[in-house]
Amino acid sequence: MVRDLPKNIEDGDRIRIEKGDKSYEGILMPHHRFSREDIITLKLDNGYNIGIEAEDDIKVKLLEKKKEKPGRSKKKVGKDEEKPDISILGTGGTIASYVEYRTGAVHPAEDADDVLYSNPEIAERCNPEVDIVFSKLSEDLKPEDWVTIADRVLEKLEGGAEGVVISHGTDTMGYTAAALSFLLEGFSSPVVLVGSQRSSDRPSSDAHLNLLGAIEVAKSGNPGVFVVMHDSISDEICAIHRGTKVRKMHTSRRDAFESVNEDPVGEVNPKTGEVEFEKEFEPVEKDLGRRGSIVDDVALLYSNPGIDKEDIRRAGEKKGIVIVGTGLGHIRTDLVPEIKKLIKRGIPIIMTSQCLFGTINMNVYSAGRELLEVGVVPGKDMLPETAMVKLMWALSLEEDTEDVMMKDIAGEITDRRTR
Amino acid sequence: MGRDYDELGLKVGLEIHQQLDTKKLFCDCNSELVEEEGLEVIRDLRPTESELGEVDEAALMEAQKELKFRYQAPESSSCLVELDEEPPQGPDEEALDLALTMALYTESDIVDEIAFMRKIVIDGSNTTGFQRTALIATDGTLEVDGKQIGIPTMCLEEDAARSIEEKKDEKVYRLDRLGIPLVEIATDPDMTSPEEAKEVAQNIGGLFRGTRKVKRGIGSIREDLNVSVEEGARVEMKGVQELDMIPEYVEKEVERQLDLLDIKETLESREAEVDDKIYDVTESFEKCESGIIRSNLDAGKGVYAAKLTGFDGQLRGEEGEALLGPELAEYAKKTGVEGIFHSDELPKYGIEEEEIGSVEKELGLHEKDAFALVTAREKKAEEALRKVIERAKMSLEGVPEETRQARPDGTTVFMRPLAGEARMYPETDIPPKYVDEKKLEKLKDQLPERPGKKIERFQQEYGLNEQQSEQLFKKGYDVLFEDCLKRCSDPSVVANTFLHTFPDLQKEGYDTEKIKKEELFDVLQRYDSGGFAKEGIPELLKEIIDGKSVGEAVKSVGLESVDEEDIREVIIEVIEDRIDFVEEREMGAIGPLMGVVMEDLKGKADGEKVSKVLREEIQKRIG
Repeated sequence: MVRDLPKNIEDGDRIRIEKGDKSYEGILMPHHRFSREDIITLKLDNGYNIGIEAEDDIKVKLLEKKKEKPGRSKKKVGKDEEKPDISILGTGGTIASYVEYRTGAVHPAEDADDVLYSNPEIAERCNPEVDIVFSKLSEDLKPEDWVTIADRVLEKLEGGAEGVVISHGTDTMGYTAAALSFLLEGFSSPVVLVGSQRSSDRPSSDAHLNLLGAIEVAKSGNPGVFVVMHDSISDEICAIHRGTKVRKMHTSRRDAFESVNEDPVGEVNPKTGEVEFEKEFEPVEKDLGRRGSIVDDVALLYSNPGIDKEDIRRAGEKKGIVIVGTGLGHIRTDLVPEIKKLIKRGIPIIMTSQCLFGTINMNVYSAGRELLEVGVVPGKDMLPETAMVKLMWALSLEEDTEDVMMKDIAGEITDRRTR
Repeated sequence: MGRDYDELGLKVGLEIHQQLDTKKLFCDCNSELVEEEGLEVIRDLRPTESELGEVDEAALMEAQKELKFRYQAPESSSCLVELDEEPPQGPDEEALDLALTMALYTESDIVDEIAFMRKIVIDGSNTTGFQRTALIATDGTLEVDGKQIGIPTMCLEEDAARSIEEKKDEKVYRLDRLGIPLVEIATDPDMTSPEEAKEVAQNIGGLFRGTRKVKRGIGSIREDLNVSVEEGARVEMKGVQELDMIPEYVEKEVERQLDLLDIKETLESREAEVDDKIYDVTESFEKCESGIIRSNLDAGKGVYAAKLTGFDGQLRGEEGEALLGPELAEYAKKTGVEGIFHSDELPKYGIEEEEIGSVEKELGLHEKDAFALVTAREKKAEEALRKVIERAKMSLEGVPEETRQARPDGTTVFMRPLAGEARMYPETDIPPKYVDEKKLEKLKDQLPERPGKKIERFQQEYGLNEQQSEQLFKKGYDVLFEDCLKRCSDPSVVANTFLHTFPDLQKEGYDTEKIKKEELFDVLQRYDSGGFAKEGIPELLKEIIDGKSVGEAVKSVGLESVDEEDIREVIIEVIEDRIDFVEEREMGAIGPLMGVVMEDLKGKADGEKVSKVLREEIQKRIG
């Protein structure tokens, strides 16, 4: 029997369930997705939820309609001329969500006050201006969203913000960071992406420390696109990663984000506010603006022993391909003719490595040399995802795609590695 | 104490937490406590937004800012799940089965689908800031000595991290204990005497042991007691570890509540009242010789006072017994001060009549009035005295509802006001768990024996008397006893080891908890195969407690193969040394000499054999 309740009863109502000689009273909870169909979930007065199977002999009685929860008091914080103006852009993710205890539902921050309510200390560090750009899980973000975010960042910087903090879901934060690194030009302020690995509805969330760290970096005046996240699994220091070199390297740890092929560019102690950069970033002598756009038509092709011509052909339906090659930058040699065909058709193909650490070098083995000969572009030590984002961007420019791909634009290519 | 608890309207309820001997509840770690410290991780916990009341938000935040938590994460007994670096798995099937078994035992109504909840706990004992807990069953009963005790709820939950050290601004925990499954059984306040509370606790403990899958030893079973007397209030005492001390905790709590009720009466008759004002009396102490006050004044701190009109003699009794004084101090300490001084204990600590007189004048005190002092910085002292005033006002009402921490000496100390409904919300990382009827049927078929039946069976099957059987059960050795009998065929020797040898060793200061199960089995097996006499067992156990392996212990005590010739040698020597006595008493000397010989042999030989040889040798001498 499917959970079938009298029409006048809805989630949140106080009900009594009589089943045989048992009787339960409590608040009707929303049906859990993984509960069996015939289960009624009840929150008892002691706070526990229990599931009761709706059998034929069950009697359900409405005791009291649900109470509307009182609205939360909103806080108004006055502007302090002594403090820097920092823009906080919300894009979604769990970094600024709160939990409703009665149902356990986690609500994303819907407006500026929600963010400030959960993190009142922000106002001690800066004059925050919070805007919710959109509220999306990061796995649902599309390349076009990067452009939307970039434009909002520009709007804020032009409006006088000293820095911008972007709260973001962690799954694709690296992609967005890379995209902003290429799209934004001529800015002289920090643009900082920040997320959390433990949602902010938990007392142990990393969101708060990361957010404070991001704000401190946004105040630092050091221009660039950065990702600020826990440096270790302790709540002490956050690492500052370059937007083009950062990758999520663990599914769940707080310190999941790592700089690949270089050390983090700096660190911040969010509690004391100390920010330390390994190097100074030069402000770019250009007008603030957006360069190019995003062409959402690039394939990311993972080389593997089972890959075949059909895979290459299908990837060739796009306007460009980034191959995530094996080792120093390889793919099965019997596929080279197929690759050659695509390049002849004018499709740029960039080689990166699934090793992630280290650089591409296609001169060492004949397989690599063959690929170079047919026109595959070596992506040097670029992360595959960064190369993909860069190619999407490069395709929007008037310039020669291969030239753009080979040139370091935003620190995505380094010529010297020490680890 | 000879109190008439019925007349006092005593009500005691229990909450029993038993650790299960399975894998951890939400990961694949072993549930073992370890010496290893492992990786160190530093964390903060923040009360989440909706968990804060609007009122005390600021204070709580302030408190949290100061405090950090240091976690030791030994790899052998914790993983990313305990570190809150990975979502939970599970729940562990075996643990769940055990919880269901206990629910079936107590004829509770088992829920159809189990939902794990997050219960907010921000003292750092859970890395997540919440404890995962699920209600398994409701409305059960347990019969103890013919009386039905109500079991309103039974829960399956994770144990908290183990507290290693507590400093002012930092707490250190080890993660080995975090996540060990606990079954929590709550009873109704159906017990009406201190002894009955213990009986019920023993009974529930026995039920748990019957499943053979629970941890034993100190800390593996912990009790919270709910105690109230008529006109008093429900007071929860947390963390009682020793079952035998339950009556003492209950008795002391009854005394405390009765004292508070007496105080209330006295205060009422005196029309006592508590002034909200906090007085700065620093000037009265300008010349004070008291060490602590002197050094505080030198550091720029002050002395502040609260006026307790009509409280004289109620803070401390005439014979120095603690009354309201400690209660006020415990509240004050929650704000971080070291303590308070109060007028019933002064002059003392270098505070002289002169200062007392000056304070009394300043506060405008009369004969029956009292005061409390705090020395600290103004803001801190004010906070502390606010708490003193708050608690003093409660004493006009009688007994406040409180949660108190049990101390090992049978007393308790104030922890916090009795918590209202716990902040709980669903643990969304763990899908709800449907309880299969077939599984319940299977568990029902395998239900372990009930305690009463077991005690009877021990008598019939092993020839123990009723008292022995009962004692084995009450002291928690019943399961181990039967396990031992698989290695040793003599029930009375095994029973004696638990009921006499163990208590004797404990009296001598040996910690019998240190003897591992396997070591005990080994000792009894060696005895059983004739390796030594039963008299050797105590010496052997002492050596094992001191850290020797069984093999080493046997060698060190010299229990290896004492044959009749060795015995005879010792006996001849003993007789030679006491030849006059032997000649005088003749065969009557056997009794007294037995003890001497056995002692010399340190139990290496069997008593019967010794007696036989002794008889022979004495016969020869007096021939």
